Amino acid sequence: MPTITVIEFNGQDHTIEVQSGRTLMENVLESGVPGIDADCGGACACGTCHCFVAEDWQAIAGEADPMEESMLGMRPDRTETSRLSCQIQVSDAMDGMVVRLPEYQM
Amino acid sequence: MNIAQQLPDALTTPLDKIDVSDARLYEQDAWRPYFERLRKEDPVHYQADSQFGPFWSVTRFEDIVAVDSNHEVFSSEPTIVIGDLTDDLPVEMFIAMDPPKHDVQRRAVQPVVAPRNLADMEKLIRSRVIDILDNLPVGETFDWAERVSINLTTQMLATLFDFPFEQRHKLTYWSDMAADSPEISGGQADPEERMNALHDCLQTFTQLWHERAGKEGGFDLISLLQRDPNTADLVERPMEFLGNIILLIVGGNDTTRNSASGGVLALNQNPAEYEKLRANPALIPGMVSEIIRWQTPLAHMRRTATRDVEFKGKQIRKGDKVVMWYLSGNHDDTAIENANDFIIDRANPRHHVSFGFGVHRCMGNRLAEMQLRILWEEIMQRFSFVEVMAEPKRVRSNFVRGYKTLPVRLHAL
Repeated sequence: MPTITVIEFNGQDHTIEVQSGRTLMENVLESGVPGIDADCGGACACGTCHCFVAEDWQAIAGEADPMEESMLGMRPDRTETSRLSCQIQVSDAMDGMVVRLPEYQM
Repeated sequence: MNIAQQLPDALTTPLDKIDVSDARLYEQDAWRPYFERLRKEDPVHYQADSQFGPFWSVTRFEDIVAVDSNHEVFSSEPTIVIGDLTDDLPVEMFIAMDPPKHDVQRRAVQPVVAPRNLADMEKLIRSRVIDILDNLPVGETFDWAERVSINLTTQMLATLFDFPFEQRHKLTYWSDMAADSPEISGGQADPEERMNALHDCLQTFTQLWHERAGKEGGFDLISLLQRDPNTADLVERPMEFLGNIILLIVGGNDTTRNSASGGVLALNQNPAEYEKLRANPALIPGMVSEIIRWQTPLAHMRRTATRDVEFKGKQIRKGDKVVMWYLSGNHDDTAIENANDFIIDRANPRHHVSFGFGVHRCMGNRLAEMQLRILWEEIMQRFSFVEVMAEPKRVRSNFVRGYKTLPVRLHAL
């Protein structure tokens, strides 16, 4: 099983086992690591599963599509590495990926 | 009341005669069986004839998410309520704009309600909540809607705008007038009074804007608009200025206000949940989300189709009004378990549609939750029971689901 390192805003890091084929959002929620809300349940419609993908891993995590872009655009804390974790399908190639969580979800 | 004025029977009326834009459904709290029937029998429902003209009703949770997320096909322009704008005051607001203009204006004001800034505001909000609660009479009947819900949200609005505190009641009055017109939402405001109120609102805020111009460091909504290059000259466009002020007032007022009353009512109607809360006040954050779902302070949002589109087997035509009934989506059993029940310790309480979805999702959602959380934390420190003494009087509107009065009596701890 691949693992992904999730770093909370306070610096606390967690290496979690993830299931390929499911979204990063679902995997983080299941791990119990706090910091992802996912109010809409994964429809790319609320922006509350925002995360930052470490630069080295951006190519593998992929790019946001226009719909995700429009949701990310509303985040005051948006950066170049921002993604919605419900739009990242975990694959074996992401083994070892590092993801940071934001200070807040809104 | 004569027979013709009575509401049609929800179960036997032909589907095409079920008109959920009838504001009396909400005033009389009679909406449940109508939406239940639409969700079951005709979830995307065409109403050919209503006070507001023809419109589509979208009533299921997942269909609402789909419409709300698709701003290219389902536009927020020209307006986001069933009724059309009246020509005499063509206000413009970003809730009723599509990207990219919407995004630019929203980004200018969004930082003020970001959780980072809310943390700084929490102490002030708490002190105001404490002040309000400590001045309530124990053991006698009074109106919770007026003395707590309106009072609290009005104070909050004055804080957000840095509005003259002693004149803060004007904010609530303007908010009521803005959202209550018969043409727009089936409300009851007198057109002339409404027009005067909105002009007064524009004049007052224009003056406030000029007084504040050039002063540095303010973190109120007006200062933020002035600092952002995209909105720095907003005051020069009066209808857009007024529109956005109204949006922020209504958005920050009616919604939290009516959830502050709704929570009391919901707990009274569900004594076992009130018991759970007394036993475990740590349930408050989840309960706040549940209250916001249960109340659904804005019953609907409207979109307008930008082109012909087939949606869930129905042929929607360019220009058709498409109304997302948040109130119905929040009671959709296929998306929310036991959706008709008020359950303060739900597993996933934030999974509701009250804040909407997509680019127009409620900007102040965290502020709203924080206000309600603090309110309930402080209530539980003081009172064993906020007892509802009589049926509330509800607002006649198909948009704002609110309470005019909620008579209660407090029991000390």
